[in-house]
Amino acid sequence: MPFRRPLSLFFPHHGGQRLVEASSLTPTLPAPAARPLAAVRRASGRWGLIAALLALPVYYGLRDLIHGYPAGVVAGHVVIHHDLTRLGFNFSQGISNGAIWALIAIGYTLVYGIIELINFAHGDVFMIGSMTAVGFWATIGLGLTTGPGGLVLGLVVTLIVSMIVCGTLNVLIERVAYRPLRGAPKLAPLITAVGFSFILQNVGLLWNGGSPVGVNDLIHQGQTVFRISGVPIVRGYLLALAVMIPLVIALGWFISNTRAGRAMRATAQDPEAARLMGINVNQTISLTFLLGGMLAGAAGLVYALYETNIWYFQGFKAGLIAFTAAVMGGIGNVRGAVLGGLIIGVIQALSDARLGPQWTEAVVFGYLILIMILRPRGLLGEETREAG
Amino acid sequence: MSASGPAGRSGESGVGADSAPPPQTDGWAELQAQLHEWRQSISRLIPPWGPRFLAYALLVVGIVLPFFFASDSGFMNATIIALAFAVMSLGLNVVVGFAGLLDLGYVAFYAIGAYSLGWFGSDFFFKAHVHVLVHGVAATEIGIHLNFILILIAAALICAVAGIIIGLPTLRLRGDYIAIVTLAFGEIIATVAVNGQSIHFGGGMTLTAGNLGISAVDSPYFPGIGQFTLLNLRPWYWLIFAILLIVLGVNLRLRDSRLGRAWVALREDEVAAVSMGIPSVRTKLSAYAMGAAFGGMSGAFLGTYYTAINAGQFQFGFSIFVLAMVIIGGLGSIWGALLGGLLLGYINNWLIPDVLNDLPSKFGLSFSMTQIEYGIFGFLLVLVMLVRPQGLIPERRRKLEMTAKIAAEDAQLVESTAP
Repeated sequence: MPFRRPLSLFFPHHGGQRLVEASSLTPTLPAPAARPLAAVRRASGRWGLIAALLALPVYYGLRDLIHGYPAGVVAGHVVIHHDLTRLGFNFSQGISNGAIWALIAIGYTLVYGIIELINFAHGDVFMIGSMTAVGFWATIGLGLTTGPGGLVLGLVVTLIVSMIVCGTLNVLIERVAYRPLRGAPKLAPLITAVGFSFILQNVGLLWNGGSPVGVNDLIHQGQTVFRISGVPIVRGYLLALAVMIPLVIALGWFISNTRAGRAMRATAQDPEAARLMGINVNQTISLTFLLGGMLAGAAGLVYALYETNIWYFQGFKAGLIAFTAAVMGGIGNVRGAVLGGLIIGVIQALSDARLGPQWTEAVVFGYLILIMILRPRGLLGEETREAG
Repeated sequence: MSASGPAGRSGESGVGADSAPPPQTDGWAELQAQLHEWRQSISRLIPPWGPRFLAYALLVVGIVLPFFFASDSGFMNATIIALAFAVMSLGLNVVVGFAGLLDLGYVAFYAIGAYSLGWFGSDFFFKAHVHVLVHGVAATEIGIHLNFILILIAAALICAVAGIIIGLPTLRLRGDYIAIVTLAFGEIIATVAVNGQSIHFGGGMTLTAGNLGISAVDSPYFPGIGQFTLLNLRPWYWLIFAILLIVLGVNLRLRDSRLGRAWVALREDEVAAVSMGIPSVRTKLSAYAMGAAFGGMSGAFLGTYYTAINAGQFQFGFSIFVLAMVIIGGLGSIWGALLGGLLLGYINNWLIPDVLNDLPSKFGLSFSMTQIEYGIFGFLLVLVMLVRPQGLIPERRRKLEMTAKIAAEDAQLVESTAP
């Protein structure tokens, strides 16, 4: 093994408490011989990716400013505006979408950080989370007529239930499909992950039918709460951020400050050494899956409230988008996953509004390929053996 | 596919005492030893010409098979599609099995192959008047009409180019990252196929017909056999059987060629292979091109056999379906890929829709088997990986890797390969 795994995949700069300094373990490699192409590639890496990410908003922002956009009809005349309000609208929508993708992306990034597996079933765990949430709140009787107090209490209980269900489901999948393959080639758990993804999709299909099912708009998500320079901020946006931000902060605190969190970071660095230090690696991996699943469950609830429809295929699409987000931020890095989620959310909203939703998937995947060409380790990620 | 990631490392050193491999009692070990002995004694019974004889016997059975079934029976239909799937499985086996490049976007080549047929064998490009070696109605209609063999070649070439294009960004990447890029590529092709109606060439012509589908595609015509129709499936069967034989032959020759060995070397250890002078870029790209070309040929055949090219059929699930064929058969094993393709082809087109479809309703459940077919394949994938990760007919090298008895059986490998 000529290369070691990069160290400290979770919150690499958090709190300054790296477990082991990288330089103390790996001798610094001599700089590779100057190759013009490689130099160009290195320079184009991060900045090329940033330029590519800025391309869409800058282009459409300039277009709005120069050509203007129709902002409504007043007295039979189309009003053309020349400002950035429409772009701001796309951004606010995108960031709140992105909050959901970020919650899912963290699950991918945690699992990849610790066992280097693309957990293809993760998106479908999220889908099961949506269905659990909708099923549960219908069971406890939340409806359009529930008062605000009952609604908040009911939704908090629903959030906890769907987090627990998804966390448990994720742990069970790990136990059944990934743990027995710990020693096998990497392809093996990847394939069982894909297998479980299909199994869960069919569970969703049998549970809620083959087409999108409308859900009661419990929180009236489209209702404007306030405006920032003309951009309406609706309840759905606030909900997505209100769920995402505390959870991410809590997760960050857990990973950096608790004993179990330190075990997770140590296992991500080097499972072997972690075991020698007395860490129960399997338990730690289970914990990672539990955390990822819980965040997916939270995302499932938010998605159901925000999009007001659910269907068995939502997890597949969301999973691919969130995965792109995790890769964009730098897989294995929680902050990166959040950043990537928000960026992908904005790209998606821009593409939905300007190119049409039918092209969004192609745009998102185009970006995924672009990341892979320009900077496979992502925005905040460290160099890894696979992506080097 | 490096087997030496952290997961691999942790496995070697037995991380986590509480999930060590299941305790192997003496009885279990004895049973395995007994089974191994039986297998050895059976293999000693097979004469050296056995496998070759079996292959020729299968060839003869394959040729005369259609005479045992009605010429338009559902079983014939399933057989034809299963053979086409087997061609795809053999193609993906080149990429994933031989070269170890995990391709999750194989549906792209199915799509491109099918659209090649739609473009060059229908009235879809209605402004064009191109007719090359065609017969019957196709010779007088508007649009581009090429002979089926020419379309087959064109599909293979276009797909090979597409395979190289998808291969280029993955050259610097390994393992999972290749899977992601190919997946993204497959999804982009699928999205373009669905939305191709809004890509205009001028003159009202578009790239694809989206979910409406390009229909009324030409059916193949061969002198002596005549125009193929869906009332008589036998010519279709022989056509796809011939394609399969060609692809199988190419695969067998490739496996033992310099290129085939280069693929395996790259798969096993890229650094070592490159330092031995194997051109990494050319070798990888040729694997992508080869695999894609076979997929395109099968796609073109399925396009004309289904008589319509509909964008809805090119979904991510299909990539996984083809991957499942390769894996269930045994990664890197040609006969395994063939068996896996036929098996899943039959399960998908005959067993589930024709035989088992009503099973859940007999138990009072309100769904049909076709609804949950992907769940069944997912279950099969998980099961195969857990129970027999090396596949049904494993390649020898892969079998050793998968069963993790490399050290123990290394000596055997040397023995059996040495004359």
